[in-house]
Amino acid sequence: MKTIYLDNNATTQVAPEVLETMLPYYHDFYGNPSSAYSFGGQVGRKIQEAREQVAALIGAMPEEIIFTSCGSESDNTAIMSALSTETGKAHIVTSRVEHPAVKVLSTHLSDKGYRLTEIPVNREGQLDMDRYQESLIRDTAIVSLMWANNETGVIFPVEEAAQMARDRGIIFHTDAVQAAGKIPIDMKNSTIDMLSLSGHKIHAPKGTGVLYVRKGTRFSPFLIGGHQEKGRRGGTENTASIIGLGKACELAALNMEEENTRVKSLRDKLEKEILGRVPNSRLNGESLNRLPNTSNISFEFVEGEAILLLMDEFGICASSGSACTSGSLQPSHVLRAMGVPFTMAHGSIRFSMSIYNTEEEIDFVIDKIPSIIEKLRILSPYWKPDEQACTTGA
Amino acid sequence: MWEYTDKVKDHFLKPRNAGEVEDANAIGEVGSMACGDALKLSLKVDENGKVADAKFQTFGCASAIASASALTEMLKGKTVEEADKITNQDIADFLGGLPKEKMHCSVLGRQALEQALAQYKGEQVKEKEGEIVCECFGVTDLEIEKAIRENDLSTVEEVTNYTKAGGGCENCHDNIQEIITKVRAEEMPVAKPTLTNIQKIRMIEEIIEREIRPSLKHDGGDIELIDVVGNRVLVAKRGTCAVCHASEQTFKNLVEKKLQELVLPELVVEEVPQ
Repeated sequence: MKTIYLDNNATTQVAPEVLETMLPYYHDFYGNPSSAYSFGGQVGRKIQEAREQVAALIGAMPEEIIFTSCGSESDNTAIMSALSTETGKAHIVTSRVEHPAVKVLSTHLSDKGYRLTEIPVNREGQLDMDRYQESLIRDTAIVSLMWANNETGVIFPVEEAAQMARDRGIIFHTDAVQAAGKIPIDMKNSTIDMLSLSGHKIHAPKGTGVLYVRKGTRFSPFLIGGHQEKGRRGGTENTASIIGLGKACELAALNMEEENTRVKSLRDKLEKEILGRVPNSRLNGESLNRLPNTSNISFEFVEGEAILLLMDEFGICASSGSACTSGSLQPSHVLRAMGVPFTMAHGSIRFSMSIYNTEEEIDFVIDKIPSIIEKLRILSPYWKPDEQACTTGA
Repeated sequence: MWEYTDKVKDHFLKPRNAGEVEDANAIGEVGSMACGDALKLSLKVDENGKVADAKFQTFGCASAIASASALTEMLKGKTVEEADKITNQDIADFLGGLPKEKMHCSVLGRQALEQALAQYKGEQVKEKEGEIVCECFGVTDLEIEKAIRENDLSTVEEVTNYTKAGGGCENCHDNIQEIITKVRAEEMPVAKPTLTNIQKIRMIEEIIEREIRPSLKHDGGDIELIDVVGNRVLVAKRGTCAVCHASEQTFKNLVEKKLQELVLPELVVEEVPQ
């Protein structure tokens, strides 16, 4: 059975060009880039090239790029660094819909005595900018707001938010793990101080991340050890993967237009067809300011895990914000923050595409979803087709 | 991804007895859409008191659907008395087991069954009694106590897996822990079957023969069981053991440790002078 992979916000396939670039650094050029001899030094030069490729994707300078092991490490480093350099300040500002790497860390810090403000979002998933502005106070050490939401794809106005923080002398970090490679990012014309991205979301291998730190930003390392990354992140470099990440960033820049045209039109088609064919379904998240590849749809009266397992029977991969798939007993914190009713949140499915998806695949999914939902609704005690059929697309 | 048994997958992909029994005379409805799972069980009990037909409707995940499907299969042909004996563990066992985080699906089945049978017997369908402990999922102290007793639960996490209580805001974790402590304390005295004196003596003899004597004999020593008074085991050294003073502590420790481990932790070994 063919796999139809529509879960690219979870992880992506490694691009063939990326893998090809990496392989020699496992078998031929395995030297340590820190070594004195040229066998190591040549790897060091290649890492420098990767640094330039990453910097180019986000309009940064190469020396502003720190390689890490994942997006979570980058997020943790940014927040812990600010708390360490901004002595005397003990207030953290984030949003209610952050990725766990920021959300769980900041909750943990609030248990330790830091003060935490989580900015709410509205029903469309948009940030409450008034509340945000009010939250910035003299005691605020750092703001961390995601650029785009992993579950809904909703894009936050981070540039505007960063400027407000800058005006008050507050360090601003953004988790751009979902945004990088999908929408343009230009650090040259930005007041964002720190930015996290992750390799495996943009067709590089898992186990690679980047923290951008603007030149001049006060910084304190998270992983302390060797002189790697100019003492900003100790530990021998994950050489092959970093080199692969460089290539992936180069490809992402080249593919960004396709992402925003062909991939977006596939996403739009999938969304329109499903909402049209399945009664009592609805889109979660604002339609306009949204990543081109993401669609989060709720199906009323059915539960997400059951939907995913029936999709799995056809080789279709996606995610759900239902309780059973969130690893807890409550549905996704993102959908709850948006005020999506529990009845809808339990039946939410996130489809996330990549440039490797084809129209044929999307047509197949469009063909299968209505019968999958129908099959589960027949089992559901809440589904009364005669009464509800007229509320299509509610 | 959850690890489901083949039987769970089978009942999920091909649910048995989905729908509603038209002339049902026993109906149980539990759960809610807000909670994430709900079950409506409808039964037809015939004039002989046997379940002639059973159907279900479920809103929920794969294991909730499979648990309900399994329950209807288990119920068919059973008398009301037999049906009433089906526990949530029986449902899970029928499916070859459920992941521990999913045990509440089988509890949902048992709750719907209880409600349906109560309706059939004409008992007043009981309003939820007790105090709500978990506000997020509306679980009462009595439901939590029942789950602890029936499934021998000992941690808050287990209670959450079986009842969902404590799975939301987590504010009630301390209260759940108090209930666990209370219920476990009640159960303590009967927790372990006690040995009769004759059983105890036989077991001690057997352990000495099998586990202790061979290693002593290896060095030319031996041991003799003189008497057992309560938990005091009176023994005497024989052979080289009897004259080897250096071994006194080792001897007592070896024998006592073995007997405590294999017979009863309370046993104390005492050496009887020759």
